[in-house]
Amino acid sequence: MLGNLINQGRIKSPWVVHFDCGSCNGCDIEVLACLTPLYDIERFGILNIGNPKHADVLLVTGTVNQRNKHVLKNIYDQMPTPKAVIAIGACGCSGGVFREAYNVVGGVDKVIPVDVYVPGCPARPEAIIDGVVAALEKVKKLLGMTA
Amino acid sequence: MLETIPLSLDQVAAVAKECFDDGWRQVTMSAVDCGEAGFEIFYHYDKDLVMRHYRLSIPKETVVPSISPVYFCALLIENEIRDQFGICFSDIVLDFGGALYLEAEVRAMPFCKVSVAEKQS
Amino acid sequence: MARTILPFGPQHPVLPEPLHLKLTIEDETVVEALPTLGYVHRGLEKLCEVRDFNQMIQIVERVCGICSCLHALCYCEGVEQIMGVEVPRRAKYLRTIWGELHRVHSHLLWLGLFADAFGFESLFMQFWRVRERIMDIMEATCGNRVVVSVNVIGGVRRDLTPEQCKWIEEQVAIAEKEIRQLSSTILNDYTVKKRCCGKGVLTKDQAYQLGAVGPMLRGSGWAQDARQTGYAAFGELGFEPIVEYDGDSYARSAVRFRETLQSLDIVRLAIARLPEGEIASKVKGKPQGETVTRVEQPRGELMYYLKADGSKHMDRVRIRTPTFANIPPLLAMLPGCELADVPVIVLSIDPCISCTER
Repeated sequence: MLGNLINQGRIKSPWVVHFDCGSCNGCDIEVLACLTPLYDIERFGILNIGNPKHADVLLVTGTVNQRNKHVLKNIYDQMPTPKAVIAIGACGCSGGVFREAYNVVGGVDKVIPVDVYVPGCPARPEAIIDGVVAALEKVKKLLGMTA
Repeated sequence: MLETIPLSLDQVAAVAKECFDDGWRQVTMSAVDCGEAGFEIFYHYDKDLVMRHYRLSIPKETVVPSISPVYFCALLIENEIRDQFGICFSDIVLDFGGALYLEAEVRAMPFCKVSVAEKQS
Repeated sequence: MARTILPFGPQHPVLPEPLHLKLTIEDETVVEALPTLGYVHRGLEKLCEVRDFNQMIQIVERVCGICSCLHALCYCEGVEQIMGVEVPRRAKYLRTIWGELHRVHSHLLWLGLFADAFGFESLFMQFWRVRERIMDIMEATCGNRVVVSVNVIGGVRRDLTPEQCKWIEEQVAIAEKEIRQLSSTILNDYTVKKRCCGKGVLTKDQAYQLGAVGPMLRGSGWAQDARQTGYAAFGELGFEPIVEYDGDSYARSAVRFRETLQSLDIVRLAIARLPEGEIASKVKGKPQGETVTRVEQPRGELMYYLKADGSKHMDRVRIRTPTFANIPPLLAMLPGCELADVPVIVLSIDPCISCTER
């Protein structure tokens, strides 16, 4: 009963944490633009939060490099389950234009499991909101809430 | 094209001091790998929007005197060149030891065309 | 007194990007700050060996998504200098228009983030609401909101129709009105002043000797702006830099606020004087030689050193970005400040880490 209530809350108001993992800023500012009046992601109950320990969804922008892969793994491990990871932008999905650079490991999925890929260079705010909604469907399934 | 003033290794610190006293702002330094001929390091200075470029040509595995005691801002630039080209600088104010950008596993002086053995300064 | 070492970043609510500072604090006062970089380092200067000199435009645009247009502009001007290409006048004006629109969007973005850094969330929302108007102009004229890929070697890729020019003028006028409405809050509000005035002071001499650039340098009383060198159409439009004298966080935000309005004026002036003609000249051959070019990015002076050896790949592309030059002044400003002011001071340099590390 209580568990059900908590799960309802998770789905209705997911908290997201954003980590910039070596992106060019293009996708970061689009993630931030989602929060601002024109796109206003908060109308879906989605709240951007600074602490990974409070978050349900991890938004990762940009390629993974040799140094920040440890940070990314660390943030992912700190998040409570159930959690969803969204890779944003061409770089987050596959490495994008930087895939041949010497310090680049590749897409986010080289380090942590990714649930949703949002393409685009940079991804549009609408696409990012879509991605979060798609990720929530996955979390729903994980919780056995396919209604 | 690009007008440069040649610079020799023992003049580096003295010229930096001279520019500093003369009111030049350090813009940056650029290193280029010239293959067999070694490295070229450019020292770019600016004063009232006029730029002056010094060109220092050195063979590989030369230790270059740091100008960071004069221009504090050179410390990041010199550490960056150390990371990417493996050129060692003596007496950097804050020495990251080749780990400014790169983790130990990729420490291979990526910008070099011919890689040189790492040398402790 | 006992010293504590406090990590600041790499994942921090006020920083959209990963920068790590190791702060040594005594009680509430910062004694020493040491940076750790490399969280965004990709090594894209090296990509000039796998991409040819035309494809490098797409790479340098992604050095930093916020000021992509100006990176491409700087690179293209460099290659044009090496190859001796004359850019049509109309292309120069169009480059100026898009470049200045980029500055407006970047400064509005920063003003919002800065407001957020001292906890003024509604001001953050207001600035970003105005910014969307500029983003709409970009999307309508270039097809993308952030990475505006209009510059090519020899000119620009897209043209503006007279209707578009008229529409941009209307939008710019509305944006200016909306920005002016916010001026009393960011510049005169008691709380805002309390958080910014006298925080992170950089004296005139310090700023110059530590190699600060852009609003950092101008906020400390130096009238230096790479736009005075007359790149793109600035040689014909004329330009006077904006200067403030206090050298603190407040002076820097005032410089950026006034520059936003100034850039809108430049956009209008450039549209009014937009000459007729071609938008790109034919480019033949491959570059050979070396050059240094500078443009003024929103964050400060950007410098490219380019070397080409006559093949289709550039020999060396060296990018000196403004934040890279502004980090040593930051290290000099932090010691002595209170811990609660660290986010404000860090934000006041307008850090762009993906620029810094490339």
